[in-house]
Order: sequence, then C-alpha cells, then structure tokens
Amino acid sequence: MALISVKNLTRVFDVSKPWLNRVIERRGKAFLTAVSDVDFEVTERTTYGLVGESGSGKSTIGRMLVGLLTPSGGTVEIEGVNLATETDAKKVDVIRSDIQMIFQDPYASLNPRWRVRDIIVEPVVARGGDATGLAERLLEQVGLSALDAGKFPHEFSGGQRQRICIARALSSEPKLIVCDEPTSALDVSVQAQVLNLMSDLKDNFGLTYVLISHDLTVVRHMADRIGVLYLGRLVEEAGAEDLFADTKHPYTKMLLEAAPQIDGFGREAALPEGEIPDPINPPSGCAFHPRCPIAKNICTQERPDLREVGQTRVACHFAQ
Amino acid sequence: MTDLSNQTVAPKVVQKSRLRVFLDSDIYYTFRRSPVAVVSTIVVTILVLSAIFAPLIASTNPFDPASLNLMNGFTAPMTPNAFTGESFLLGTDDQGRDVFSTILYGMRVSLFVGVAAVLFAMVLGITLGLISGYVGGWTETIIMRTADVQLTFPSILVAMLIFGIAKGFTPIEYRDQMAIWVLIIAIGLSDWVQFARVVRGATLVEKRKEYVEAARLIGRTPYAIMLRHILPNVLSPVLVIATISLALAIIAEATLSFLGVGAPPTQPSLGTLIRIGQGFLFSGEWWILLFPAFTLLTLALSVNLLGDWLRDALNPRLR
Amino acid sequence: MSAAVLSIHNLSVEIPTRTGVVKPVDGVSYDIAAGEILGVVGESGAGKSMAGNAVIGLLSPPARIAKGEIWLNGTRIDALKGEAMRRLRGKQIGMVFQDPLTSLNPLLSIGDQLTETMLTHLPISRSEAEKRAVAALEEVGIPGAAERIDSYPHEFSGGMRQRVVIALALCAEPSLIIADEPTTALDVSVQAQIIALLKRLCRDRGTAVMLITHDMGVIAEAADRVAVMYSGRLAELGTVRDVLTQPQHPYTAGLMASTPLASAGKERLHQIEGAMPRLDKVPDGCAFHPRCEYAQDKCRAAPAPQISDSHAACWFPLIAEKVS
Repeated sequence: MALISVKNLTRVFDVSKPWLNRVIERRGKAFLTAVSDVDFEVTERTTYGLVGESGSGKSTIGRMLVGLLTPSGGTVEIEGVNLATETDAKKVDVIRSDIQMIFQDPYASLNPRWRVRDIIVEPVVARGGDATGLAERLLEQVGLSALDAGKFPHEFSGGQRQRICIARALSSEPKLIVCDEPTSALDVSVQAQVLNLMSDLKDNFGLTYVLISHDLTVVRHMADRIGVLYLGRLVEEAGAEDLFADTKHPYTKMLLEAAPQIDGFGREAALPEGEIPDPINPPSGCAFHPRCPIAKNICTQERPDLREVGQTRVACHFAQ
Repeated sequence: MTDLSNQTVAPKVVQKSRLRVFLDSDIYYTFRRSPVAVVSTIVVTILVLSAIFAPLIASTNPFDPASLNLMNGFTAPMTPNAFTGESFLLGTDDQGRDVFSTILYGMRVSLFVGVAAVLFAMVLGITLGLISGYVGGWTETIIMRTADVQLTFPSILVAMLIFGIAKGFTPIEYRDQMAIWVLIIAIGLSDWVQFARVVRGATLVEKRKEYVEAARLIGRTPYAIMLRHILPNVLSPVLVIATISLALAIIAEATLSFLGVGAPPTQPSLGTLIRIGQGFLFSGEWWILLFPAFTLLTLALSVNLLGDWLRDALNPRLR
Repeated sequence: MSAAVLSIHNLSVEIPTRTGVVKPVDGVSYDIAAGEILGVVGESGAGKSMAGNAVIGLLSPPARIAKGEIWLNGTRIDALKGEAMRRLRGKQIGMVFQDPLTSLNPLLSIGDQLTETMLTHLPISRSEAEKRAVAALEEVGIPGAAERIDSYPHEFSGGMRQRVVIALALCAEPSLIIADEPTTALDVSVQAQIIALLKRLCRDRGTAVMLITHDMGVIAEAADRVAVMYSGRLAELGTVRDVLTQPQHPYTAGLMASTPLASAGKERLHQIEGAMPRLDKVPDGCAFHPRCEYAQDKCRAAPAPQISDSHAACWFPLIAEKVS
C-alpha cells in the first residue's frame, strides 16, 4: 500500500523585488517554479530516493511532504490524509507524529542552548506525552551513550550530532522519515556509519524513508526506487537496479557519467554540455534540450510527458 | 547494533555544574586576561553595592530634614567646620548635607532609573523584534518603520517630549512621586529601537536554521518557537547592548535631571546634584559639583568599558 | 625527485591555544614534479588545507610554521615575509579556492583583473595583456570570451566563475597551482567539467598542481599521486593506482571500503568506528590507533614510522593483501 501519494505537485515561489523597486524599474512580478507537476508514490517500508542537482526542486518537495511548505498546486497525501486541506485537528496531529525529518546541516539542526535530552524528547513532550527515560533509550539505539543526554550539542562531532537528529526523529515513533541530504555534510567514514545506522533502524522500526540527495552513489546504496529531477520536473523514475542497469533519460546518463568514481583512474569522461539553466526562465519544450546530445527539433517545442517504458517512467521523446 | 555503540567511549561523566561550565568557558578566560574588564567590573561592583547599601554606609540620611544642621553648610572636605567642629570626608553643601551621603543616595536613584529604563526598553525591544523578525510581512513593516522614524529624533528630545506630555497629565501634588517613573518610561521608550533591531536581525538568522524547522514540523506554535527556541539564541547580542545602554541611560537620566526635567530635588539623582552644585562652582565650593560629577563619570565609563569588552568577547569573528 | 617544483620537508604548523600548542600539520613531507597533479586527501580536520596555506604564506595568526622547509623551484620560501612572499605568490603560485568569489574582486571586470595580474608579473605591454586575457578566457571555455571580458564576477554562474578563477590563476604562468576543494561547491555535472579543465591545462603547460579535496573519486580521476592525511600527519603517499587499489595504511583501506561504490550492491558499508580526534586530543603513538582494527601495543607506544614512497606510516602495513 502506498504510504505517500503525490499528485501533480507544484510549488511556485514569488521571487519579485519589493513593491517600490518594481514600480521604479517598471518590472512585473517574477516567479520561480521550483516544482512542477510531480507525481509519485512511496510504498510502506521502502526507501524512495530523490536525486537532482541544485535547482531541481528536491528539497522543496521534501519540505512539502512533511508540511513545512504548502503546495501551490496538486496534493500530497500521507496515509490518505492531505495535510494542507485536512480540517480534522485530531487526524492532522496523528499524521504529524507519523512524519519526521532529518536535515542536512547537523550544526544548525540542534538548538545550541538545549540539552540533548530535551532536544530528543521535544516531539513527545510537545504533545503532552510521557518521555521518562526515552532520550536515554534512543541515544543507545543510535549508538551513543545514555550519559550523553545531559550534554549540550557543541560537545559532539558532526556525525554524533546527526545521530542525535536521528534519535529526535525516532522519538515520536514515526512511520516516515524524510532525509534531506543527511550525509552530505559528513566525512566519508562517518557517512558510512550514519548510512548503516539508517539501514538498521529501517529494519528494526519498519520505517519508510524518502532520501533526498545529489549523490547518486548514496541513493543507489540506500533506495529501492529512485526519481530523478531536473528543473523541478521528474524526468525518470525506476527501481534502483533498473535505473542504473538500463538508464533511459539522457540527463540521468549524463549524471551517471559525470560522477567521479573511485576506481576511475585517469578516466576521461564524456563531458556534460553546459550548465543548469536559470529556473526563472527555463528553456522551452524539454528543459534539458540545450544540453542534450540527442535533442531534435521536437524537443525545443514540445515538453515530453512522463510515460511508462517497461518498468520505468521517463519523460523523453526518444526513450524506449 | 552492538558494533555501533562504542562510538563514544563513555566515561562516567557527571553533569557539569553551571559554575564549572562558566569557569571553563572562553568568556571567563578572556575576562581574566583583560585588565580593563577586571578593573571596570570591580569598580562597577563597588559602586552598585554602595548604592544598594547606602543607608548602612552613609553617615546621615541627607534627605531627612531632622538630621540636618544648617550650621554645617559649606564645610570643605576633610576640614573641621568652623562652628560645629564636625568634619566631612567630601564636605557639605549649602544646607549642611554631607556630600558623600548625597552621592550615595543620588547614585541609588541614578542606577535605579538606568536599570529600570534599560529593562523596560529591553522587554519592549525584544518582544517587538522577535515578532517582527519571526512573523514578517506587514507586522514587520509597521514595527520597523516606526523604529526608523523614532531613530531620526535624538533620544534626549524624545525623552523630554514624553516627560513634558506626562507632566501635563499629572496633578501637581503627584508630580514629584511620578517623576521617577516618567523618567524611566521616557528613557526606556527612547531606547527600545536598538534592541528591536538587533533582535530582529538575529531572529531572521535563527528562524532559517533547521532546528526551528524541526520544531515547526512537529507542530509547535509560533509562540513556543519564539520563546523556547529563538529567544535563548538571540540573547547574547542583547546582553552587550543592555550593558552599553545602561551607561547611556544613566547619562541620559543625568542630562534630563541637569536640565531640570528629571529627578526632583526631594529625591535627587547624580544629575540633580550636579545641577545644584554648578551654582557654587565659581564661589569656591568646588566639591559640591566635582565629587558627584566624578562619580557619574566613573560609573558611566566603567559600565561602558565593560560593555565594550563584552561585545568583543562575544563576537566570534574577533576570536 | 630533483625536478620537483614544490618540495616540502618535515613541515609542522602550530597554533598556540590557552590549553597548549596544537599541531594541525605535523611533520609532513612531499614533492610535486612539473606537470604532476598531487592529490592531498583527508577528512575535515586532517590538516590538508592548512598545509596548502602554509605553502602560500596564508596562515592566519596565531598559526605559524614551527619547523620544516618549503622549497619552490630551488628557492626556500618558508621564511619569506610580506612583499617578497606576495610577489612570489602572484608570480609562481596560482590559487583556486572552493568559493570562486573569494579569489575575484567584485568591483573589477574580469578583463581588468586578468590584465592587471599579467602586467604585474609578466614583461608585456597592455595591448598584449588584453589580447592574452581574451585568449585565456577562451581557453577555459567561457563562451563569447571577447564580449564577456568586461563583465563583472557576479554576472557569471558558479561554474563559469570557477573557470574565470582558473584563468586568473594560470595567467601569470605560475609553476604551481594550489587548488583547495575547487569543485566542492559545484554540481556534479559542472564538477566534471572543471576537473577536466584543470587537468588539461596543467598537463599542457607542465604546471604542478596540489589538488586538495575530500573526494576520493576526484582524486582517482584527476591525480597522478596521492597523499593521504590523517590528524595532521601523512598516512600514506604513492601513485594513485597503488594507494587506492592496494592501500597499505589501514586508514586508507577503511576510507576506500566505506565509500558506497557505484558497482556494489546494498550490503552494509565498511565502518571505521569513531571520528578523527580533535587537535587538542591527538592520542599518543600512531594517531589512528584508537580506530584501527589492527592496532597493537607498539602502535599505542611509538609514533608511526617515517613515511616514504614505498611504504605507509604504519607499523603493520597491509602488505599481505598486496598481490603483485
């Protein structure tokens, strides 16, 4: 059964200058479409990876999933409940406690003035729950010591802080954890510790992850199904194995080719063309066409729909 | 899971006491290494303590008419009075009041007005700053534009205006009692802008941080987020401004009192004493003016130096 | 190794703190030959950037070079001060940092910055310098270089800015480039372009490159030799292929095994327990011993042996696994 179901999800940001500047410079409002028309479903107890470069809208999607941002269009349903429109406060509260998030920056995601114990149990205490001994138990579960509960965040290294974030995320016994670049601020050896911990916890607690990352190797290691985003649109979605074994979208191919490989001694990769375009004025038709090696006339005019090709969903006129 | 648990080799740590944490901190370390900070702290402490315990230290209560002897008027410091033979450390004024005692009592009023005014400005400024920073939009525009407008007037002028208006509404018989409170509000109202600006700026930074998002995510109310999460993290710049404002507030109070719109002669502050004393400077009774003036200078200067040091110590860029 | 452009001998950097002196760089030695790319790799706090900063004389006080020698083209430069150091830095050493904006003056057009740099360090006329500036921008792949020569840094995207920085670093024809995390702030697709550019230009000109990065993948694809740093010390030094395929130091081996490989499946990643020690808590003996699965009494007692091109700084190098 699908735990998350995302339909036609769109988010537009108003990036206009202040009113007075617009009047003086005679400019209209400017809008940035960070996410447009994204559909996907996440099955319970699986890991769904969202991959993309900067401006792909992956973090915006993550924030809409957990309710930190409201969609401009489309819906996010979690266990059948749409947080943006649901009016039954009880239902909203139940769903809220089922969703948690782990952020990228382990230094900014813990309140420096709070003791670790208070940080971890906040999701429970805020709902009036009983949290006796909970922090100590969770700390041990994430590989720290129960004695750490009385310390302040600055006494911990980046990797240990990320463990504390994970403990906080677990405290409300959620079903879903959205992880936004959980290891990109960490060193390789610490990244391995955190990824292993996340895998263990997923099995022990029956968690569902949405893993947002720019790093294909991390997503490949963790995810069951992967969606690739380019300029706010889903361009390819497939099971992890299929995506790498039978890559269909030229953008995904380019990403795979460009990522540095630790066994690629002196590799001269086929270099990607150009850079990511300005998301305020995206290219016409298929947004990838200016960089695409196989672009034809049709790509500049018509935007390809996401269609099913075998087990994969891909948005390319020439995918087969 | 067992292979994960030896990440932190957990020694038997006892939770550090607040005092221990403070003594180990960088702040305390830089404090000990800065002679200016140590000296000004000592001076401020002595002055504050002697103001608080004025009734115990002062030989007489200079504002109790019963204890005054007009014969003691204009006694020079450390010289026996020609009529009574009494000697006073810092001399006496025209009515025979001991200058040392008047300074102690005057400092009491000055410090009380200064501290109360800063507290008032702080509470007002922090509240408005937090709200405008966190809520944004029209609320922010209104609060911050008001602050901008107020900043274009010199704060003494604002205080005098408020003082004048309040005086007009107070019946004559209550004026002396009201004067102190009006002073506090007048100085406080002319001072909140700085707090609001700094707190708003810090709030804008903090509210983007992920720990605030984590709190929003679990459905905490804006009220709880502002008070429990953001407030403790914006307090260190507030502390610096509060210290520097205290020096300014003491001087503002002295200025107002000197101009005759501040503390009444029945309850004189250092400023009132200076105003009284200036009349005698050229007739040779210099001590009536100079000792209160010197006290005011020392107090304001040492509080200010303390604030300067605090700003440098709390500024991570300078460390 | 006589042809070394840069040669560092036993370099130590110290920072006095209130609790004692810490050593972010401790007895590091390596050479870089002309046209060679030396990758300096390590996790945060390993001292890799600090070593680079020591070479260009950009240590921020109170950090200072405590001992050791730095030779550039046969001249000893570690004791140079002020003006002499600045001239040398501009002429003989080019720099590329993580954030391109730190190396570009926001108030000058990129054309001006390029010509000024060339006029200061090369005996050429202004018109010649302007001509070369356009050529330099074309070489680093700025489209429409002649038209964009008068643009300001903020008018370029991140990737294009980093290209400008590379043009600027190379325009005075230095013999050494120090690139400190040049692609960390960039997207994957742009990163590949920048690394390829750096590689091509330095090969063509015979410029030596010190490529400082935390990314093993970048090292593997770009560098000729690699220096692995741990806790301020060199752990292992050698050709990229040797070090990455047959690591001798348990730390290098652990790093390689903990990287999720594109080709591997979903089995658990190898873990090195713990984290790099803080600078004021570096353990006695070999700094890696508390995290090392092969550690023995000797490792706790004596500092790791001196490193050389043929063996790692380890008492018990993983030679047994070496197949050759």
